[in-house]
Amino acid sequence: MTNFDTVIGLEIHVALLTESKFLCSCKTSFGAPPNSQCCPVCLGLPGTLPLINEKAVEYGAKAGLALGCEIHYFSRFDRKNYFYPDLPKAYQITQDAFPLCTNGFLEYYVDDQLFRTEITRIHLEEEAGKLIHSGQSIVDSEYSLVDYNRAGIPLIEIVTAPDIHHPKQARLFLEQLRLLMRYIGVSDTKMEEGSLRCDANISLKPKGSSVLGTKVEIKNLNSFRALERALEYEELRQSQVLSGGGVVRQESRTWDERAGKTMSMRSKGDAPDYRIFPEPDLPPLNLDPVWVELIAANVPELPLARLRRLERDYGLSRYDATFLVNYPEFCELFFQVAERGLGYEDVVNFLMGDYARLAREKGHLSAERISELLTLVDEGTISQGQAKEVLSSLFSSGLSPREIVQERGLEVVDDPGRLEPVIREVLAANPDLVRRLQDGETKLYSFFVGQVMRATQGKADPEVVHKLLRGELGK
Amino acid sequence: MRQLAHMLDTRQATSREIVTRYLEQIAQQEPQLNAFITVDEEGALLQAEEADRRRAEGRALSPWDGIPIAVKDNISTAGLKTTCASRFLENYRPLFDATVVDNLRQAGLPIIGKTNLDEFAMGSSTEYSAYGVTRNPHDLSRVSGGSSGGSAAAVAAGEAPWALGTDTGGSIRQPASFCGVVGLKPTYGAVSRYGVVALAPSLDQVGPVATTVEDTAILFSLIAGPDRRDASSSEARPFQVPRWDEQFVTGLKIGVPEEFFGEGLDQEVEQAVRKCLAELESRGAVLVPISLATNEYAIDTYLTLVTAEASSCLARYDGVRYGTRVAAADSNTMFSKSRAAGFGSEVKRRIMLGTYVLSASHYEAYYEQAQKVRTLIKRDVLASFEEVDVVITPTTPTPAFRIGAKRNPLEMYLSDLFTAMANLSGIPAISVPCGKDSKGLPLGIQIMASHFQEELLFKVAYMVERGCL
Repeated sequence: MTNFDTVIGLEIHVALLTESKFLCSCKTSFGAPPNSQCCPVCLGLPGTLPLINEKAVEYGAKAGLALGCEIHYFSRFDRKNYFYPDLPKAYQITQDAFPLCTNGFLEYYVDDQLFRTEITRIHLEEEAGKLIHSGQSIVDSEYSLVDYNRAGIPLIEIVTAPDIHHPKQARLFLEQLRLLMRYIGVSDTKMEEGSLRCDANISLKPKGSSVLGTKVEIKNLNSFRALERALEYEELRQSQVLSGGGVVRQESRTWDERAGKTMSMRSKGDAPDYRIFPEPDLPPLNLDPVWVELIAANVPELPLARLRRLERDYGLSRYDATFLVNYPEFCELFFQVAERGLGYEDVVNFLMGDYARLAREKGHLSAERISELLTLVDEGTISQGQAKEVLSSLFSSGLSPREIVQERGLEVVDDPGRLEPVIREVLAANPDLVRRLQDGETKLYSFFVGQVMRATQGKADPEVVHKLLRGELGK
Repeated sequence: MRQLAHMLDTRQATSREIVTRYLEQIAQQEPQLNAFITVDEEGALLQAEEADRRRAEGRALSPWDGIPIAVKDNISTAGLKTTCASRFLENYRPLFDATVVDNLRQAGLPIIGKTNLDEFAMGSSTEYSAYGVTRNPHDLSRVSGGSSGGSAAAVAAGEAPWALGTDTGGSIRQPASFCGVVGLKPTYGAVSRYGVVALAPSLDQVGPVATTVEDTAILFSLIAGPDRRDASSSEARPFQVPRWDEQFVTGLKIGVPEEFFGEGLDQEVEQAVRKCLAELESRGAVLVPISLATNEYAIDTYLTLVTAEASSCLARYDGVRYGTRVAAADSNTMFSKSRAAGFGSEVKRRIMLGTYVLSASHYEAYYEQAQKVRTLIKRDVLASFEEVDVVITPTTPTPAFRIGAKRNPLEMYLSDLFTAMANLSGIPAISVPCGKDSKGLPLGIQIMASHFQEELLFKVAYMVERGCL
């Protein structure tokens, strides 16, 4: 491996979250009964004509703007011709020669180091239908069924420059890209539902060489993990081929998740000739610069900018800030709670703790409830342990934290006048242990603190108990 | 048509009676002509009865409510078979109406049947139909022209008062000329293509066929206009049937391109067109000799583009969703067997040609080159309209030829020699009868005007109709 540099480029398909399809008015919702969301246009019936969904163009431009691309006021649609049962017209409407966006970039961290990957282009295109095979694949199936619900959903294809150099870097790039798409709200980018898909091109070249090696395309990467593993596998395979004096064939390979390896699909010679030509049914897109400006004005704060703001303005660690950036709903809560004058780090720690687990199961609490709870801890009304109890009941009851504290009689008892009699009782009940403690077995302190806590139903302030115990035993 | 409308309006006739009369004519003529693929007797009578009911209640949809029409069988009609004269779509019934069909229904026109054509409109004689040739009503041994041969023959033989055709390179004008009727290829974008089965989307237009210029204009007024379902349809102002004014020809500048009167032009055709031009001149028009030199490249350019687009547009006939399916062990074999079984030889030939000109290694030499030449042709045509108001040429080099006479596809392609230019440049063009040859075969004259100048076109056509028949 050390003798070679790895060169990786990605092609990412992102399904846009428009309500209707790219070229007709059918719905796009996921999981509808097969073939319930199609019409003569997306079925490609004779005589039907496409019409561009303006929202898809807007989302495409928004993605381009968020990736720092140049948005082309003039772009054009083309036909890409090939036969496949899931492709109703036997051609895909896409953008070849004149894409919507070019020349962008994305920045992201890999182990605290900032990387930048160039985005070569982003273009609009339509999705194909979905084949459901009776067997494992189209080849070994007795029959295959086609669901055209997906056919005609708008996609953007994002193509990166070949400037990614490690499998892990590729994964982190893709994760950051997904986050960005979610921030700008153009896609739900679920790899498991196919709304985010990635093909990877990888080649090796002798270390330091400026001449690119022969590239291999890897398909069927259905998760971030698959992307990284497939690239690691392919990196190793190619380096072994090259080290052994062999030649890497230019081909498409498919990732076999179970076998954990890539397998040859088709060589370059077998690649279809798509006979791409300008789409005669659609006029070119001519965007109004003012319209594009309005879209630009609607691009929200992007992940990296937010990370920097959290670090700079809130003094958060990279770790904490990254958590908030990766989970925008948590971040939103953070901003709202932090506004109420609570310690920033306490708020993040709270959000990242039990709260995160519970919120994922049951949904978020309001910022008001959270700040009230944190204030109760902050002012010493309840202990951390009690806060946990209040927190779990907050998810099920309609009461406020203060009301729960009152209802359950939860509060911290730190009044020595109330605690001392309890302490004396506990000591009197365990004379042997008191002796052992006095003989130097100091770890027994925690046993006695626990006993006092128990006797007070957890209300006692453990620190005060500890202090009082010392005083009592030191007599 | 005004007479039929008047009879309906004054209750001298019902729509049912009129439709019945045309159905009788169809029953009588069809065994010889074969102008229809489907005759919808039941549907047409039902629509006629509805029209009569509307009229009785004073709710007629238009002056033409109840006057039947024939529609070329590559235009979608909901529930009524639309075969495109192909075996592949033998049993295909569209789920929706083409916008133009919707327009006809909005005006109350009963659809009497679907007319024959060359398979998927690829041809100039209607000989390439999977349902047999349409014969010329003026001479049954001759072709009716194509690809809208069925529409032209049906109108010429009185099987329908008017009809819709489609024109990609001359497919309305050439059969209109062969059958002695009027046919208009409108400006690209003037009429919606939604629901019209594509041959070559950048060239296809739907247009009217009728026996008179006025009827053609009336039918055009019913189908012209923007359609939000067709991104190539234009926002042009609505078309009004013009007022007929015989004085209008005074000072009209008529361009006569010498290239259209050269070698290969039938002498009798030339004489008829020249005579007609002289007639117009005598009435005050000015004849201006012009040059449309790029027409030399029109057929090659046209064929390159039409085959390229067709090869893509016809790829959807794969047997997966509708139409012919020949079962096979894998999908690729199913595609090729279904297509082999469903398509006729001319369709296969054009798909092969189109696939070739679009292939990566030939794209630049053919398709891209043809696009460039198309731009030059368009420029050439538009430049001529800075000098003249209209351009007049013969519609076709010869009158209707004999069935089976053109065995060589290249010869057949030359039928579009004078007509393809209008499609390549998107301008409107009309063919109007201008007499008959010594054998009694109809001859046609073609008038072309600049984009969206249909009104001008009809006015000139009207003068030709008055003066040259």
